Amino acid sequence: MYDFSGVTRGIHEFLSGHFSPLGVTLWEMVIAGVVLLLSLVLIAFTLGYMERKVAAFMQLRLGPNRVGFRGTLQIVADTLKLLFKETFVPQAADKMLFNLAPIIMVVVTMLSLAPIPFTETLQFYDMNIGVFYVSAVTSIGVVGILMAGWSSNNKYSLLGAMRSGAQIVSYELSAGLSIIVIVALSGSMQFSEIVQSQANGWWIFKGHIPVWIAFVVFLIAGTAELNRAPFDMAEAESELTAGFHTEYPGMRFAMFLLAEYLNMFILAAIGATLFLGGWMPLHIGNLEGFNKVMDFIPPLVWFMGKTFLIVFIIMWFRWTFPRLRIDQLLTLEWKFLMPISLVNLILVALAVILGLHF
Amino acid sequence: MNIFEPENKKLVESEQDFVVNVGPQHPSTHGVLHLKIKLEGETIKAVQPHLGYIHRSIEKMSEAGSYRQFSYLTSRMDYLSSHMNNQACALAVEKAIQVEVPERAKVIRILMAELTRLASHQLWWGAMGLDLGAITPFFIGFRDREEILEIFEDTCGTRLTMNYVVPGGVMVDLHPDFQKKVVAFLGRFKKRIKEYDDLVTGNIIFEQRTKGVGVISAEDAISYGCSGPVARASGVSCDIRKLHPYDGYEKLEFKECIETEGDCFARYKVRMEEMKESVKIIEQLIDNIPEGDFQAKTKNVLKPPKGEWFTRVETARGELGVYLISDGTMKPYRVKFRSPNFSHVSALEHMSKGGKIGDLVAIMATLDLVIPDVDR
Repeated sequence: MYDFSGVTRGIHEFLSGHFSPLGVTLWEMVIAGVVLLLSLVLIAFTLGYMERKVAAFMQLRLGPNRVGFRGTLQIVADTLKLLFKETFVPQAADKMLFNLAPIIMVVVTMLSLAPIPFTETLQFYDMNIGVFYVSAVTSIGVVGILMAGWSSNNKYSLLGAMRSGAQIVSYELSAGLSIIVIVALSGSMQFSEIVQSQANGWWIFKGHIPVWIAFVVFLIAGTAELNRAPFDMAEAESELTAGFHTEYPGMRFAMFLLAEYLNMFILAAIGATLFLGGWMPLHIGNLEGFNKVMDFIPPLVWFMGKTFLIVFIIMWFRWTFPRLRIDQLLTLEWKFLMPISLVNLILVALAVILGLHF
Repeated sequence: MNIFEPENKKLVESEQDFVVNVGPQHPSTHGVLHLKIKLEGETIKAVQPHLGYIHRSIEKMSEAGSYRQFSYLTSRMDYLSSHMNNQACALAVEKAIQVEVPERAKVIRILMAELTRLASHQLWWGAMGLDLGAITPFFIGFRDREEILEIFEDTCGTRLTMNYVVPGGVMVDLHPDFQKKVVAFLGRFKKRIKEYDDLVTGNIIFEQRTKGVGVISAEDAISYGCSGPVARASGVSCDIRKLHPYDGYEKLEFKECIETEGDCFARYKVRMEEMKESVKIIEQLIDNIPEGDFQAKTKNVLKPPKGEWFTRVETARGELGVYLISDGTMKPYRVKFRSPNFSHVSALEHMSKGGKIGDLVAIMATLDLVIPDVDR
């Protein structure tokens, strides 16, 4: 099978020939950073294009089909348009916070991509508290939203930001609890080990009902954390015009959009890694021939396939469901999802302690 | 004292009050309605509609036109049921000059009126989905409405403000393809209305958002002057087509759709049922449009005698009344329109007080407000 270790080793040897060990490390960090940023932008563009096309096909439309092959460059054109727009700051806004908020959103999002294993070898930083790190870092995003809402000095923005704060803080609980189910089953918080623990079957197949419940709760809570419909209380364009980013023009608005798409990708990637086996190919019992064929598909394709499957599910219910009301949203979390995931976690913990799982 | 801001209706009473301007430019007011809402957190404490942003003084302008001309202005009132507005004016003038409308014209009027009602309700269904956060219904509603507008375009030449009704009948005869196209459309639409139900009606989120929201009792509906689907959803029988039939509605078999809950979901159900009833009405007429004239012979200049006449029709939104006063000249002395949406806006505060911002949007969506009809 191919992997990127050849490329990275080549770069490493080339740099070692020219720089001191410290210089090599620094240069490698710079290269990794640039690659990360480029891949992030590419992912965001892909998701943007995908969302438009998925929405179009669900709504009897064609979607973008003019710029580039079948409209693939439309999103690039839109980004260019936003780049050239005036960077306008409302007079009554708190200028520093107003400018800082989109940056926080994007930086936080980029940070949380670090420990996600694209393949066995393609991973930026495999830390031993990967799951914990991701859930900690993603929750900083709400600070960006609150900042944006407060500093805009607009009543709609403020309402949107307050809604979003209440929503993200609540839904983080169920999302975290459903992630802990997998941590308990696999016995590790390191992403690479969680993937390895699924070598003989993905958790969604091995874990039976508790993991199914955890997966569904994870999807719902994750969508709520993303502030996407049907949980887009923070934006709620028919109620709050554009919610927390009402006052943001041009590239700053694009940064919120970028953060949203990247967050969606990260959520889907975490879901794919924890529940659907990450880059592990699909293996069925003793079907040797089938397993061989599956092994032949590159791990990156497996990972991306699973991730985009979850992304598609998230888009699917964005374009079919109406929006919840804010009190119903919190009721759903505190009265249904949280108790369910707590009970679920206790069951899984008992199963792990008594050795009842596979 | 500012007469536009009476002391007793001031919203801001203390510094703690959080007053938000919803509109005049807001995605869910469907036009230039301006609501001042007082909030406590997310809960609505008071709603104060401010009207007049699209006031074009249609009533005053009507006095400047002749009896043939003034009805064209009314197409611009409730532009989604422009045909019924014209019909109401024509009925008033016909009553004044005492002319008998030919059978064929009556049937054509009803056919067009029911198609307009269908188109209006389809747009409402889509826009309501949009207000509640579901974007897909909007496109599905517009797909079906588009077919009706094409049928209108064939016969009337325009799609929205058709100006098809004249005193004494209709302006021109039906397009030769009219019957064929309508039958084909109804066949498609009867299958598609199931799609409407699949997408929205049974959805748990939709039911949560609309059931028990914006309740108005039958007594309140009457005292606020609600009419049409809004009043019928509260259990008030008020269908003008049934109670005071005009243009031959009395010969048709259709049901007056009444629900008793009075909430947003009841209003939704009433409108969905009305679509099905409109289909039934069209089906009864489309295959037996009587032959004959499409217009009665009238004088070029209409001069009704001195007097006062009142007619009303059931538009897609409720009861539209036309009150016509003639002083014997060729122009109306005074025309007064009683438009359904004006009453519905006044009931908005009663319905949405104590609810959340999301409820206000749901209520506005199910009231089916058309702002040019509020201001006129």
